[in-house]
Amino acid sequence: MHFFIVFYRGLCKKTPIYLHSPRRFGLFVRTLFTLCILAGLAIPQARGAEPRSFTFLPHWLPQAQFAGYYMAHEKGFYKKRDIDVSILRGGPGHPPSETIARGRVDFASTFLSSAIELRSRGVRLVNIGQVVQRSGFILVTKKTSGIKSPADLNGKKVGIWPEFRLQPQAFFRKYGVDVKPVHQGATMDLFLRGGVVAASAMWYNEYHTLLNSGLNEDELTPFFFDRHGLNFPEDGIYCLEETYRRNAKLCCGFVRASFEGWEYAFAHPEEALDVVMRYIRAANVGTNRVHQKWMLARMKDLIFPPGGDTVTGRLKREDYLRVAGEMERHGLIKEIPPYGEMYADCTGPR
Amino acid sequence: MPTAPDPVKRRGLAFKLSLMILTGTAFIFTVAFGYNYIYSRNQILRDVENNAQNLTLAAVGRIETVLQGAQKDPASLAHTLSGRKLDQETLLQRIDALLDNNPEIFGSAVAFEPYAFDPRTRAFAPYAFREGQSLKRISLGGNDYSYFFRDWYQVPKELERAVWSEPYFDEGAGNIMMSTYSVPFSQERGGTRVFTGIVTADISLDWLVDIVSRLSPYQSGFAFLISQSGVFVTHPDREWIMHESIFSVAEAANDPDLRGAGRAMILGEKGFVALRDHFAGQKAWMYYAPLPSVGWSIGVVFPEAALFAGLKDLNRVVLIIGTTGFAILFLIIVLISGTITRPLRTLAAEAMEIARGNLDIEVSDVTSRDEVGDLSRSFDNMKAALKEYIANLAETTAAKERYESELKIARTIQMSFLPKNFPPFPEYVEFDIYATLDPAKEVGGDLYDFFLLDDDHLFFSIGDVSGKGVPAALFMAAAKTLMKGTAGREMAPSEILSKVNHELCLENDSMMFVTVFCGILNFRTGEVRYSNAGHNPPLVLRPERPPEWLPLPEGFLLGAMEDSPYETRQILLAPGDTLLLYTDGVTEAMNGDKLFYEERRLVRVTEDHGQAPPEELIQEVLRSVRAFAGSEPQSDDITMLALAFRGRAENPS
Repeated sequence: MHFFIVFYRGLCKKTPIYLHSPRRFGLFVRTLFTLCILAGLAIPQARGAEPRSFTFLPHWLPQAQFAGYYMAHEKGFYKKRDIDVSILRGGPGHPPSETIARGRVDFASTFLSSAIELRSRGVRLVNIGQVVQRSGFILVTKKTSGIKSPADLNGKKVGIWPEFRLQPQAFFRKYGVDVKPVHQGATMDLFLRGGVVAASAMWYNEYHTLLNSGLNEDELTPFFFDRHGLNFPEDGIYCLEETYRRNAKLCCGFVRASFEGWEYAFAHPEEALDVVMRYIRAANVGTNRVHQKWMLARMKDLIFPPGGDTVTGRLKREDYLRVAGEMERHGLIKEIPPYGEMYADCTGPR
Repeated sequence: MPTAPDPVKRRGLAFKLSLMILTGTAFIFTVAFGYNYIYSRNQILRDVENNAQNLTLAAVGRIETVLQGAQKDPASLAHTLSGRKLDQETLLQRIDALLDNNPEIFGSAVAFEPYAFDPRTRAFAPYAFREGQSLKRISLGGNDYSYFFRDWYQVPKELERAVWSEPYFDEGAGNIMMSTYSVPFSQERGGTRVFTGIVTADISLDWLVDIVSRLSPYQSGFAFLISQSGVFVTHPDREWIMHESIFSVAEAANDPDLRGAGRAMILGEKGFVALRDHFAGQKAWMYYAPLPSVGWSIGVVFPEAALFAGLKDLNRVVLIIGTTGFAILFLIIVLISGTITRPLRTLAAEAMEIARGNLDIEVSDVTSRDEVGDLSRSFDNMKAALKEYIANLAETTAAKERYESELKIARTIQMSFLPKNFPPFPEYVEFDIYATLDPAKEVGGDLYDFFLLDDDHLFFSIGDVSGKGVPAALFMAAAKTLMKGTAGREMAPSEILSKVNHELCLENDSMMFVTVFCGILNFRTGEVRYSNAGHNPPLVLRPERPPEWLPLPEGFLLGAMEDSPYETRQILLAPGDTLLLYTDGVTEAMNGDKLFYEERRLVRVTEDHGQAPPEELIQEVLRSVRAFAGSEPQSDDITMLALAFRGRAENPS
């Protein structure tokens, strides 16, 4: 997902930007509720005629995490379905939740947990396609720290992203360990220098950052949450209920074209990387092609079912209930939004 | 004569010599060249490594001096803050003073834990930095800026020691590269020391970049700096700075060696390694050394082409010298082998000429003092010896031919002694006589003779001289002449033999002797008186009776003992009887199995042809002897004499 500003270690003391990571966008949620009410009122007036032009906002800066959308646009898969899509530049300052709630974009990608939280606060979001099926969220430790099983983490300092503490906390509870959580910042330096024993990481992003900081894979022990019964599917495609109701066919066309874009990107990784790097350069993001190559390959692992080569794209009820249930247990939401209201299946016959 | 080898496959001595010497020389040259190259190369690499080490370590020393200098005041301020709390005024003054005293420090902050400086203020972090010639002061802690989880704050806090941050571009300071030195401090609270805050100093890295960029001694080389996590802090390709790490470059090029070098670099090691061509656009070597204070690493890259340019020139010269030397050596060898093989070839041609029989050819090069000269001299000697031998041979052959022709003449003369006209006395019908001497190749000593003593008596004889050759022939002639001279009508055969013996013994220094059988036939009566001197007994062939051996009296051969007694005997022949006289050339004729003809075969032949006329009888015997001998050369004269008695006219034949 985010944080390709791997190399941007700026202190930014003089430009105290609030957000340096969408992980922070959980903080927005508190203020969003009121905005959502406004948004809910605004949309019907803003949209009159049936729109044929759509906007899409990825939930972070350009990177291979969104290669499928770029390729669908590049190869004309949207046009083919009579949809004119503009892909907006995501990143800090452009949280999809806020933007979509205000009706500034038609489609946005975001994490399932974030979407559930928004929905529970009254933003009438619907999931129209669950792109990522497997959670790419991991905890990683160095072999030298002697951590071999989750139980070994007991009493150790573990870097946690506060807005994504849900999965690790469920993990710790499952194995009955009590860790010392340390607020994990924007870089992996704390972990690299030994400030924490374990760190939060996205398999497709921070994990590779560690490899590109000179650590070998055989020197690391990763704990994949999905392999511990805690699969929280991440990136999905969302729009407002209103948008879907008016343009169900076009919404599903957008979803299917995006899936086609993903399949094309995985089948032609070098071509896809060329396009991704073009978006990256345009946004002046500090990353490199090798990193994006790794990310694209890992996205394939997370999007395609094991051994498969097509995007399933369905939000499974059990996945939804697992994520929402865990959120409810932690008090992040008061009640679980009904699955049928939250999910509109666009994966019928294409 | 051996045939010359196929000219296509034929390789001259000069060729073989050149091939072997040049191959050997090429091998030695290659080994020497290769060793020289490897040795020089290693020497150059050692020198480059030493040179790079000196350069780099000097640069590291300069950088470290600045970095360590920058560490002093922040550490001192943190130490002060650990001891006691400062009021805001003093704290700000200390920060200003720190900047005043350290021109290399761009900005400095003291950041406190939440509510640690003032229980009412969550975030308190005064920050002063240079703007132009003056200092600007701001507060980092705001409502929506939380520094608590920034690396510059969190890393030293968690590690509980001072750290240098990873380098970063500071947009506020005009996008220059910075690194921040952060020193944690703690204060006494409730009896224990509690982490209270961080003192920072931001250092611009422009001067460092400058030092590093000037490190490479070669125009095509370069130096670079990587941070603690391998990220390029400086690099000639600006795209790489802060974007690529040495590990991402290694991963993109699938170069595990470069990754290994990167790991050694970030571990603070020193080393000298070879780089594949993707890193510097060509094959290169890299020396690397750490900046211990910050944990970064400097790499100095030397393109191999530049390093080995001198060596390449040297190699070119060595190669030219080698090739020229090789060519000269080739010419020398061709020349030398020419001087060896030219006389040899000449010699071979001369030998062929000699083989063809030209012994008068001059053998060349007999004056050289080397092996070829020896060979020439040997050849010359051989030629001379051959010539001499051939001359001798011609002489000998001529002598032999002369001797043989003389022998032939002797033979002719000898044969001319013998009566050879048959029938010799056609006017007499009372007897028939035939004789033959079939000479062996060499001159033999057989003889026969017959002549009339008067109108009634015929003298006949046969003899065999011991030995062969001219002496035997002469002795035979002497014996025959003596016998003819001695024989007379009144004399008994024994008397004739005695006299001849006496005469022969007189001057017989050569100790030659002769066997003789002689007889006198009264062809009116058929009476034969005969005597014998050691000769084979003749055969008496009578009609209707088997052949008989004529009984012989004792009598020693002639020419041996002066007074040998001889006896005369008589026999009466009836008409139709035949006497056959022969020499041992008949009975001792040999066949291929070295068997003698023997008397029994003679008897058998005469049995069948005893009544044939003498000439026919003798021809039959001769045919039989020749059939027996086959191809075996005749070793002795074969002499026979047959005398048939016919009787008076009332019994004409």
